[in-house]
Amino acid sequence: MTDFSYVIWIPLLPFISFLILGLFNRYFKEPFAGYVGIASLGISWVLALVTAYKYFFVSGLQNGKYVPVIPFRWDWIHFTDKLGIQVGALIDPISVMMLVVVTTISFMVHIYSLGYMHKDEGFARFYTYLSLFSFSMLSLVLAPNLFQIYIFWELVGVSSFLLIGYYFVKPSAIAAAKKAFIVTRFADFFFLVGILMIAYFVGTFDLETLNSPSTIQWISQHSGGVFLGLSAVTWALILIFIGGAGKSAMFPLHIWLPDAMEGPTPVSALIHAATMVVAGVFLVARLFPLYYFVGGGFALRVVAVVGAFSALFAAVIALTQEDIKRVLAYSTMSQIGYMMLALGVSGFKGPDGTGYMAGMFHLFTHAMFKALLFLAAGIIIHAVHSNLMKDMGGLHKYLPVTSWMFLIAALAISGIPPFSGFYSKDEILHAAFEFDKIIWFTGFFVAGLTAFYMFRLYFRIFFNGERTYEHTPREDSKAMLYPVVFLGLLTVTVGWVFTPFSLYVSPDRVPFRYHIHWLSPLVIGSVLMAATGIFFAYVMYYKKTDYPEKVSRAFGQLYVWAKNKFYMDELYLFVTKRIIFDKISKPAAWFDRHVVDGMMNAIGNTTVWISEKIKFIQSGRMQEYGIYFIYGVVILIMIFYFYNY
Amino acid sequence: MIEGVSIQMILTFTTLLFFIGLYGFITRTNLISILISLELMLNSEAINFIAINKYVYPGVLQGAIFSLFIIALAAAETALALAVILQVYKMTKSVDVKEVKDLKY
Repeated sequence: MTDFSYVIWIPLLPFISFLILGLFNRYFKEPFAGYVGIASLGISWVLALVTAYKYFFVSGLQNGKYVPVIPFRWDWIHFTDKLGIQVGALIDPISVMMLVVVTTISFMVHIYSLGYMHKDEGFARFYTYLSLFSFSMLSLVLAPNLFQIYIFWELVGVSSFLLIGYYFVKPSAIAAAKKAFIVTRFADFFFLVGILMIAYFVGTFDLETLNSPSTIQWISQHSGGVFLGLSAVTWALILIFIGGAGKSAMFPLHIWLPDAMEGPTPVSALIHAATMVVAGVFLVARLFPLYYFVGGGFALRVVAVVGAFSALFAAVIALTQEDIKRVLAYSTMSQIGYMMLALGVSGFKGPDGTGYMAGMFHLFTHAMFKALLFLAAGIIIHAVHSNLMKDMGGLHKYLPVTSWMFLIAALAISGIPPFSGFYSKDEILHAAFEFDKIIWFTGFFVAGLTAFYMFRLYFRIFFNGERTYEHTPREDSKAMLYPVVFLGLLTVTVGWVFTPFSLYVSPDRVPFRYHIHWLSPLVIGSVLMAATGIFFAYVMYYKKTDYPEKVSRAFGQLYVWAKNKFYMDELYLFVTKRIIFDKISKPAAWFDRHVVDGMMNAIGNTTVWISEKIKFIQSGRMQEYGIYFIYGVVILIMIFYFYNY
Repeated sequence: MIEGVSIQMILTFTTLLFFIGLYGFITRTNLISILISLELMLNSEAINFIAINKYVYPGVLQGAIFSLFIIALAAAETALALAVILQVYKMTKSVDVKEVKDLKY
């Protein structure tokens, strides 16, 4: 057995850097704060890679199965013999994979921010928050029990809040930060209720115990009450999924993600594209055996349907947005929908687990290429000082490296071989096809939409006619360019290097071989679909044409609705302001002020009146009161001691 | 477990500490001294929590967590009490406890 106890340093190093930067914030001049963050994350990154190598290639596989390792674990609070809150680490295929994803992206973003946040007043503060986020996210993925996941779940929520509101002088940033916090916190409430229900009905927080076959069998025998035709544990799983949907921006809790783009772009790349928003996917994958077996997999079907719908919904909105970061945000939501869909259609044993494997693989590849897209978008925004596509165009000449890297990422997300996105997306579609034709068709159609909106973005930013800029856009910051190029290399390579991904990740932890049938109609079909999307984007946006306007007019009302994000924000405002505030809160407030407070005031006034009357018996000397108190205690002790009940 | 220190010694020590605090609380007339005595009592309790946690229930953390709570509470309470004492000083120009017996009105 290899010793993994050093993994504690992977989250601990960013935490140390957080403490140093947070406590001595003022004393750090600009680059040094960055160096502290980069050094800690760099070591974490190396440790994570070593862990992955040791786990996947040296010691993890025993008798044809990846065994989970718990290098350390402490009891924190003890409730009963089985139920308790522990703090520790759990090493298994998906947590190791997440460690690699989080440390890689975080390390790249730390380096990138040296250039992006250059000459920013809150430079050290920015790195403090980044370190806090990295610490919380790494602890989340290592968590061996649901409660630790929940604790760090809230912590990543807090760091996301802090980073979205980083430019705290901008009212829009503050509003976005509040919105993100309130919406995710609202969803987290359901998560907490789900956890407590699990604790009550199953009696443990421990993930390994929860996922073990004996527990699952026990649950199926003790349904523990039925509500609306579903057993208690199924409800608990659905509630936990609502929590995950809040963090992962699934419909209808997605409204915070596009607004979260108010934060600095590196933050969007790290938190709102690659790591934190996939926490919901990770959560479902963590509890996958429960989702699959309990209640005939009903909760898992909910996951699949919500994922498929969110993928379609977000892709349609992404077609119409003008702000490049918002297009990317909706595209993130759509891709996370894909991952959820993949988990939802997955089976459990052997090759049936393709969906699970593909979902995790897509998480892995998506983190790389979406972070790349965001970081490239950051360079573009840095160069032209605007988020809007109408201020861009013809940038290929000025930003050649960025343009090529953006192209690689766009091809990857569209699912063109041999880029990484092709492998993962195709496996998802394959699994969906075997499960349900409607879900498959949704995914298939969204693949075309994805290709279209990504290349709409690409052509409109980098081509689409010539234009002149006040300052010539340049890509002069090496710190920003190197991470982008590195992620570009990863995007090109990880796809075919890690195929078949099922050798590393599978639902029952038994690796299996999986082959892509290159010439099957499914693969050819989805590549053709993506190519069609790219072709339309090319026709409409490579040169300045009037096609876009004609097309948008042809779609009429649908276009207007999509452009306004299907009025989801307005719907939320209507429900909260007009219904909850006006119809429920105001009467409740009146009742509180007049009836409840009235009673309390009556009691208080009576007390005051009585005390006025009997005040003369008090001496007012504090120490006398103390002595009386001690006498009282002594007498009580005597009574209890000598009087044997 | 600390080598050569038994739990009785620690408990004796904390009991002494507690009663020193109690004595000070009753006999001192300076408000600040009273506050210090109060802190002595609280701290002896915190040590008790840790010692019993360590000697009687090793392997769990509740005692340590409670002593942390006590420290946090003591800090909050000190801040509050000092604010009150400051106001008393502003009114009476002294920090003598005998001066504040009008507090009952």
